[in-house]
Amino acid sequence: MTALASPEASAVWAVLCTVPDPEIPVLSLLDLGVIREVSVQGRHVVVGITPTYSGCPATAVIKSDVAAALQLAGYVAQVHDVLSPPWSSAWITLEGCEKLRAYGIAPPEFPVGRVAALLEEEVAPACPRCASRQTELLSEFGSTPCKALHRCCACQEPFDRFKCL
Amino acid sequence: MNAVTTPATARELTTYVLRLADTSLVLAQRLSAWIGHGPAIEEDLGCANISLDLLGQARLLYAYAGELEGAGRTEDDFAYLREECDFLNATMAELPNGDFGQTIVRQCLLDLWRLELFEQLTQSTDTRLAQIAAKAVKEIRYHGRYSSGWLVRLGDGTDESHQRVATALVTLWPYVVEWFAEDALEQALAERGVVPSVAAVQAGFEARLAPILLAATLTRPSNVDYRWFGKRAQHSEHLSHLLAELQSLHRAHPGAQW
Repeated sequence: MTALASPEASAVWAVLCTVPDPEIPVLSLLDLGVIREVSVQGRHVVVGITPTYSGCPATAVIKSDVAAALQLAGYVAQVHDVLSPPWSSAWITLEGCEKLRAYGIAPPEFPVGRVAALLEEEVAPACPRCASRQTELLSEFGSTPCKALHRCCACQEPFDRFKCL
Repeated sequence: MNAVTTPATARELTTYVLRLADTSLVLAQRLSAWIGHGPAIEEDLGCANISLDLLGQARLLYAYAGELEGAGRTEDDFAYLREECDFLNATMAELPNGDFGQTIVRQCLLDLWRLELFEQLTQSTDTRLAQIAAKAVKEIRYHGRYSSGWLVRLGDGTDESHQRVATALVTLWPYVVEWFAEDALEQALAERGVVPSVAAVQAGFEARLAPILLAATLTRPSNVDYRWFGKRAQHSEHLSHLLAELQSLHRAHPGAQW
């Protein structure tokens, strides 16, 4: 990523920093780890974006938001999909994880590369409100493809959890 | 590196990719019918989310098939403008949902098969197919956790729930056989390392299934001789009805866009 070093590219990354995720607006696209590639030639910018889930409806919105933000900043933007390597929840930045927690969503936490086997129970996430580990799974699937629904047995609050992928 | 070196290989790979894509699309359509009808809202969400992932996988695969074919067909052309006799999905994907138990048995069998298949496809000599598989396999693993968890809960649940999934397993098992009846196309692609050998996928599938059936107190049915061949466009009577619904909007309003 030598492009990161150039001032032109830094200016583009600064614009991308301001584009929020459409479904979890506390996260920027950089926090989410979906921007995989930026190359700049004068005012022409090429941005590579990887989808979180292959069917995530937010992907199209993210791509048009990025193009619009760059256009507003005076660039001619071309946005394309990057398929490989596949997105991982481990790519969410530490800052992004903190933002999620403050927003009431338990961030993904697992040793990277270690995914629970089919019938194995996952490690219970900490409640984003009271930090208790006494939590239980309510539903493997939630309001967006990237989240599951849990409940805290200590403070009784239900909460979303970012799925580990 | 790309494995597509000859027109013959490109044709075979197009057909293979369409088999994968059609299975994803048809199963997505079946699952989406649970929306608003699930036994609980969590299961509505579960079926809807799995359906959405499958739809996304189908789109990646259709886009690739279109490029391989080189005739300018788009994802929509493949999904909406082909007839029943053009679809190459595994027959099991098109079977009716039945009760929630039957849906779970179908889902678990398909998840375990696709999990093994896509995991092995990540080693394909065809880079693009390997990349699509690597993306999809993460999602399929999550689906498998859901469906196998439910299969164990229902199989090892009440007498009634056990009976229902046991019956569904016997009903659906004949459709498993198709997956492991290797045909010339699969053999030719496997010889070039583009796709895994069917025998290797079968061994992996059986190894994944056995502990789940054990935990679910279910017995693996015996294989039957009769084979459905959805992958060669010989379908059950259910696919045409499914497609009639899936394609109705596009047929009524050709070229419709969101």
